[in-house]
Amino acid sequence: MYRKYEYQYYLMLVPVLAFLLVFHIAPLFGIVIAFERFLPAKGIIQSEWVGLKYFRNLVSLPESWRIFRNTVIIAIEKIILGIVVPVFFSILLNELRSVHIKRTVQTIIYIPHFLSWVVLAAPIMNIFAYNGMLNNLTVWLGGERTLFLSSNRYFRGILIFTNEWKEFGFGTIVYLAAITGINPNLYEAAEIDGASRLQKIIYVTLPCMRAIIVLMLTRSLGNVLNAGFDQVFNLYSPAVYETADIIDTYVYRVGLLDLNYSLSTAMSLIKSFIGMTMILTSNYLSLKLADYRVF
Amino acid sequence: MRRKIGAADVIITAVCIISAALCLLPMLNTFAISLSSSVQAASGRVTFFPRSFTLSAYEYLLGESQFYTAFLISVERVVLGTSINVLMMILAAFPLSHSKKNFRPRNGFMWFLVFTMMFGGGLIPTYMVVSSVGLIDKIWSLILPGAVPVWNCILLMNFFRSLPVELEEASFIDGAMPVQVLYKVYLPLSLPALSTVTLFSIVGHWNEFFSGMIYLNSQDKYPLATYINALVNQAKNIMNITDPQELQKTLERSDTTLNSAKIFVSLIPILIIYPFMQKYFVTGLVMGSVKE
Repeated sequence: MYRKYEYQYYLMLVPVLAFLLVFHIAPLFGIVIAFERFLPAKGIIQSEWVGLKYFRNLVSLPESWRIFRNTVIIAIEKIILGIVVPVFFSILLNELRSVHIKRTVQTIIYIPHFLSWVVLAAPIMNIFAYNGMLNNLTVWLGGERTLFLSSNRYFRGILIFTNEWKEFGFGTIVYLAAITGINPNLYEAAEIDGASRLQKIIYVTLPCMRAIIVLMLTRSLGNVLNAGFDQVFNLYSPAVYETADIIDTYVYRVGLLDLNYSLSTAMSLIKSFIGMTMILTSNYLSLKLADYRVF
Repeated sequence: MRRKIGAADVIITAVCIISAALCLLPMLNTFAISLSSSVQAASGRVTFFPRSFTLSAYEYLLGESQFYTAFLISVERVVLGTSINVLMMILAAFPLSHSKKNFRPRNGFMWFLVFTMMFGGGLIPTYMVVSSVGLIDKIWSLILPGAVPVWNCILLMNFFRSLPVELEEASFIDGAMPVQVLYKVYLPLSLPALSTVTLFSIVGHWNEFFSGMIYLNSQDKYPLATYINALVNQAKNIMNITDPQELQKTLERSDTTLNSAKIFVSLIPILIIYPFMQKYFVTGLVMGSVKE
């Protein structure tokens, strides 16, 4: 039966593959321009071949190392908090006695995930502005006003914090599901053994969540070069390039503002290669450590 | 066994409620600013309640035709983009949800999809393709390049795989073809997963600003997100001003109250569809991503 109708599966995939070929595979040929001194007027074929010149440029520029470091630092900090906070919060939610409060809190904390950084940038700029809420609070507590969003000292912290603020609620979904799946007998047994509430969390809940935590950690490995373009792009300014410029913002500026197409594409290519390696590693690790196959 | 409510319960409840309140803070702040007078808003004293309450920002907004144009373009984009996305997700997820035994080249196609997700040509080569197929300055440039959201395809595929194979085998015995199995059996059973990916697609299209920024040349073709991004970028220099008087002047000039009103109105569609989708996306997401 399956053989007779297999053609229908092929037919279904035709439009999908067509879109992917045009918009994902065709651009791969454009990567050639990373090895050329590409001029749009001359086109891909006529432009002068320069080999690895732009890659050598990138390696020798101190700027690109800074960008690489920023990207990895921001991404890793986001990954770590992105696991710790939701795990902690899902345990808290699970400990709530009132189902109504639990449901209301859940409904509210999922919302920020669905708002875009474009829209959130404005209130965040207001809150961190020189005459904004946070500075008013600092002054009230006896401190000095600071330009938080143009300070290299605070900017990364603000990125990490606001990102966690936006995503922590949504992150709890997976862990709450894992907690719901824990066998209630384990808690009863612990109770009979005289375990306190905290002990039940430490010796029953957390160990039962270990598998999902390991899984989420390995899955996020694929994101070490994704520091969050939308967020950084909407909040940063030249004053904080030193700590906040990441690969994606650099690719955009060099490519579409400075019109240095070749250099921008060379940087994208490096990112794609490392990114793919990380994702493959992460898939391999999730299979080995958590017995999880993504596709 | 019912236990007394102890101090721990009070603390846990308080932490949860405060965190939830924090999640609403930026929205409340935006709303309060949009309802305040521009002088009060520019002074930075507005927190969660409007000061010198006025509806003038919203009255002014009623007359801003560019805002409506952008809003309608966003609606059009969401309708077109989501329809295509959902269709593509179903068409990709159904064949690929079969085992290698039942659809022989399944793994090859799967790797192809995943490859396109992992490895891309980058910004400039993609731009060159979009421009050479003639999409620049057209609404389709916001829809077609992302027509196949691979990650959501995988989510839906994993959901399809969680349905028992016997369903399909039984339908075959009853004389159905795969198209009918998909339409009459799989789709009706997959409402939670379908709602989830539909919600992701709607929100994704509503929020996405970048392709509008790079593929559209004329501002009057901008979708709402790109339009707001342009506004916020103009106001961005407030981050560097320390002089209180200059800050106030800049804020008055950049029309914080009007911008806040625009931002708040742009949030409304998401806040409206959210409760309808919420009951689905939790189950849909968990079933699609976590397997036993």
